[in-house]
Amino acid sequence: MTCLPAQTDKKLGLVIDLDTCVGCQACVTACKEWNTGGHMAPLTDVDPYGGHVDGVWFNRVHSYEHTTESGSRTVNFPRSCLHCETPACVTVCPTGASYKRASDGIVLVDEDKCIGCKLCSWACPYGAREFDADVGVMKKCTLCVDRIYNDNLAEEDRVPACVAACPTSARHFGDLGDPASAISQLVEERGGVALMPELGYKPTNRYLPPRARSERAAKVDAPALEPIKAEGGFLGWIDRMLSN
Amino acid sequence: MHPAFSVVFFTTATGAGYGLLALLGLLGGLEFIPADFWLGLVGMALALGLIVAGLLSSTGHLGRPERAWRAFSQWRSSWLSREGVASVATFIPASIFGIGWVLLGKSGGWVAAAGVLAAAGAVVTVCTTGMIYASLKPIAQWHSRYTLPAYLIFAAMTGSVLANALLQSFSVGSSAILALALLATLAGWVWKLATWRYNDRLEIPTNANTATGLAGGTVRSIEWPHTEENYLLKEMGFRIARKHSAKLRRITQALAFIAPAILLAIAFALPWPFAAIASVLAAVCQFAGMLVERWLFFAEAKHTVTLYYGRQ
Repeated sequence: MTCLPAQTDKKLGLVIDLDTCVGCQACVTACKEWNTGGHMAPLTDVDPYGGHVDGVWFNRVHSYEHTTESGSRTVNFPRSCLHCETPACVTVCPTGASYKRASDGIVLVDEDKCIGCKLCSWACPYGAREFDADVGVMKKCTLCVDRIYNDNLAEEDRVPACVAACPTSARHFGDLGDPASAISQLVEERGGVALMPELGYKPTNRYLPPRARSERAAKVDAPALEPIKAEGGFLGWIDRMLSN
Repeated sequence: MHPAFSVVFFTTATGAGYGLLALLGLLGGLEFIPADFWLGLVGMALALGLIVAGLLSSTGHLGRPERAWRAFSQWRSSWLSREGVASVATFIPASIFGIGWVLLGKSGGWVAAAGVLAAAGAVVTVCTTGMIYASLKPIAQWHSRYTLPAYLIFAAMTGSVLANALLQSFSVGSSAILALALLATLAGWVWKLATWRYNDRLEIPTNANTATGLAGGTVRSIEWPHTEENYLLKEMGFRIARKHSAKLRRITQALAFIAPAILLAIAFALPWPFAAIASVLAAVCQFAGMLVERWLFFAEAKHTVTLYYGRQ
């Protein structure tokens, strides 16, 4: 049913640290690698070696330049499903293929019911859903539902593939509905924010803003480069020859 | 938003079809139009033909059209599902009305009841279509109080212009229907101008700062996650140059509103068959204009996902 559960027992989600993300794309490739064989498999690539590469990815890392009064900085920004508390992508679904689980709040697509009308992707402000033109159905992040409950994996591996892959520990996984959980404490401590809260989708995932600049860094301006003087003699001759 | 022709044609054709069906149901059932086999047959075939062609066209937009039947199940939460249910349910009174009015040549009584129900079904279906777009918060140009009335006004407008063309062609036109078609066309024009005016002045609170959670200052996209256009950009990143937009708005106004209004005004003064020719021309011209209008409705709509790609 595409009606939303009144509440969920848990609110599983991700917390992404924009301070430490280095934009290495490890989460992107780990996600693709796991999920192209996982719950929503395959993550089709269309024309992968041609001139018009296209394909389904659940996680994409953008890079932005954030300019404020204290200067500019590069911010790498991973974007994936936020497993919203009131996801319109679920309620607009005409077939019941999209659903939000009452047990843990994960938003999933039943690929056998999806008719590929694409309305859910229009209803998602975050661009979390991508259409698989090859299979004809919509696909999205599963929060690695086939890893986090997987008894065949060692307990420390029961986290989403993107979290397991992150070399800078910029990605955290846990229950954001439990204020005592480590992940909720992290959000509290670092002032984690929701994306586009004004639209009222109540995303579960949180983003930790970059930390304030340190005042300890050296503030020595590099000397400006001197223009090279025209030289005479042998070196001047070489300079002129190389300049031609 | 990408203006997929299947959806542009679908909403335009079903709008006109349901508008015509509603008018035939009301005017035929309540004996404003005399029951006549050929008039009824052509009228109902035109109305239902436009609806069926539109609905079939919409399934062309689906990735798995063979599963389309599943779309009738989620009417409790989904406007698209409600549209599916309402469109199919409307066929029941429409068919009963068609049998009574066209095949049996009756009006009043149960035929009138079926006609009124078919008209009600048509109105409900057009409302559900409008709500599909009006309910989408990420697209500010659609999520406005102008969208639902627009679908209703345009269905009434194209439906009444078609009904007038039909009646004029069978030489049973009336100045009341002609006046209705003309007034509806002018109402459509006013509503479209008001909508454009509203959209052009729209101040959207959602921006690259709220999209990324980076407060204050400016957020500039310096690198995309991919080198080629992906599904998101193909489907929701459609951009139209401002100069084309301005030109297409003029074409829309000329074809959908101004030319039909002039033709209908002229039809008042013309004898048959010239009034019929002017009325049919008005309907054809307006349908073409509404296709341009609907194309622009999509092309000028901006989805919030484009903020992530640095498109303001």
